[in-house]
Amino acid sequence: MLSRRLLRDAAFIVVPVIAVMAILPSVYSNHLLLFNFVVFLTLAQGVNILYGFTGYLPFGYVGFFGAGAYGFSIAVLHLKAPPLAALIAAGAAAGALGLLLAPLLRLSGAYFSIANLAASLAVLQIISNPNLEDITRGPYGISLSGVFNPTLAYAMALAILAATLLFVAYLRSSNFGLALQAIRENLFSASMAGIDVVRARMIAWLACALVAGFTGGVFAWYVSVFFPETVFGAEFSIFAIVFALFGGTSTLLGPIVGVVILYGVYNLIGVSAPQYFQLIYGFLIMALVLFLPNGLTSLLQRRGIDVP
Amino acid sequence: MSPEKAPLLTVNNLVKRFGGFRALDGLTLSIAPGEVLGLVGPNGSGKTTCINVISGLYPADGGEVLFEGKDISGTKSHHLVHLGINRTFQVPKPFLALTTRENIEVAIAYGNHPQGLTDAQPLLDSLNLTKIADRRAAELNSAQQKMLDLARALATGPRLLLVDELAAGLNPGELEWVGGKLKELARTNMAIIVVEHLMGFIEQVTDRVIVLNAGKEIFEGKLTEAVRVPQVIEVFLGGAHAA
Repeated sequence: MLSRRLLRDAAFIVVPVIAVMAILPSVYSNHLLLFNFVVFLTLAQGVNILYGFTGYLPFGYVGFFGAGAYGFSIAVLHLKAPPLAALIAAGAAAGALGLLLAPLLRLSGAYFSIANLAASLAVLQIISNPNLEDITRGPYGISLSGVFNPTLAYAMALAILAATLLFVAYLRSSNFGLALQAIRENLFSASMAGIDVVRARMIAWLACALVAGFTGGVFAWYVSVFFPETVFGAEFSIFAIVFALFGGTSTLLGPIVGVVILYGVYNLIGVSAPQYFQLIYGFLIMALVLFLPNGLTSLLQRRGIDVP
Repeated sequence: MSPEKAPLLTVNNLVKRFGGFRALDGLTLSIAPGEVLGLVGPNGSGKTTCINVISGLYPADGGEVLFEGKDISGTKSHHLVHLGINRTFQVPKPFLALTTRENIEVAIAYGNHPQGLTDAQPLLDSLNLTKIADRRAAELNSAQQKMLDLARALATGPRLLLVDELAAGLNPGELEWVGGKLKELARTNMAIIVVEHLMGFIEQVTDRVIVLNAGKEIFEGKLTEAVRVPQVIEVFLGGAHAA
């Protein structure tokens, strides 16, 4: 029954999403916008893995994204690694940061979120330190000439998105996903169900870090020129969290819906009525918190519909 | 304790402090397979703390906890579950967002049931949870959540079950039914420690009781004998009644 659910989610959500995002560049010319959609589709699912399944809200999620971008860039600049190998360095950098920050998991609620935010700011300060110019280029930013290949970078971003969506589909259909949700609901009862809480939580934390790390790496590859503030910008965390919450976490569909609607609206009003952008966006988020705290998908769940 | 059976659990000189307060002050007890032991005492006497220490939720500050002769002090809760120890909670703590069935399934998946239980249905049937199997635990009433808590514990196949105030809030019919269920479990050789305030329920299900006061044992034996011990009467009713 569980594997049938995984196949259903893969067939009706993962494959169509990847197919649409693969076809769109051939019919729509704003490739950077499409790439950003892929980035946020992936990051929102990364937030979903951690928050939706374990209850930890990572305000500093961008720290892993930035670590991935710099892991990729340092591998290209100093190790002369080809982009695909440098992507592994991106994941490794985010994974290492995840291990370093693992003690944060002892905190809970707002304390975890704030500590995670502080940690991401600390990483930004270290990366942009002028004394580290030889390694990170300090505050002067990264320029990756020679590896620029937006087509391949976009394809890799899609591959990362597909893997992330499949992982979330797996969480929704496996005992491991059930265990993570049990941990989210109650640590003590989860332990008394025989779950190794520390290990399970750590796996979810590292998975969420790797998703952002690989995405940061592919972002660095795609844009090729960026500053520390670009890849450690708070908007990455805020957008990924808001998109995931808006659609509805613990589901595969929710964060996708959140990104399509909110990032779509963001770009529409950013172009058509930029002067009202923050006002409209602020109202949208307030309406969400007031009327749909569990996201859009909760409208269906309230009617007993099993949202994939 | 039945003299012919070796103890499954032995607690020696257990100490647990919270700051300067000694919640357990040198408690010693043991229980054999198939036995039902009641832990009674006034509020704050250390009953739940004792269960919390045995089940690994709190580390002990002194003494030892032996399960089948092996020291399990400091062992993590999930390892204790795999060894064959489980518990219910005074305030049930089900996984509220999961269905009743999923609550049990996750314990089956991770609990290493010794008989290899793979299906939640027998437990759902046994504890009258079948009709609410697909409802989220958040929608269950208090008595149903208590039964679900018990089902979660039983899904891991415990040989030692620690039951913390399971009877509180149940109606007389439910009390009798739950008491019968615990006795049925004891007949399968499960050792059960019951923490309870309802003396009628304790009398119904236990083979013997330990009366605690300020983290120390003040009586061990049959409940019917306990009510004649002045020290027991004093801690429950006050000094004037013990005279």
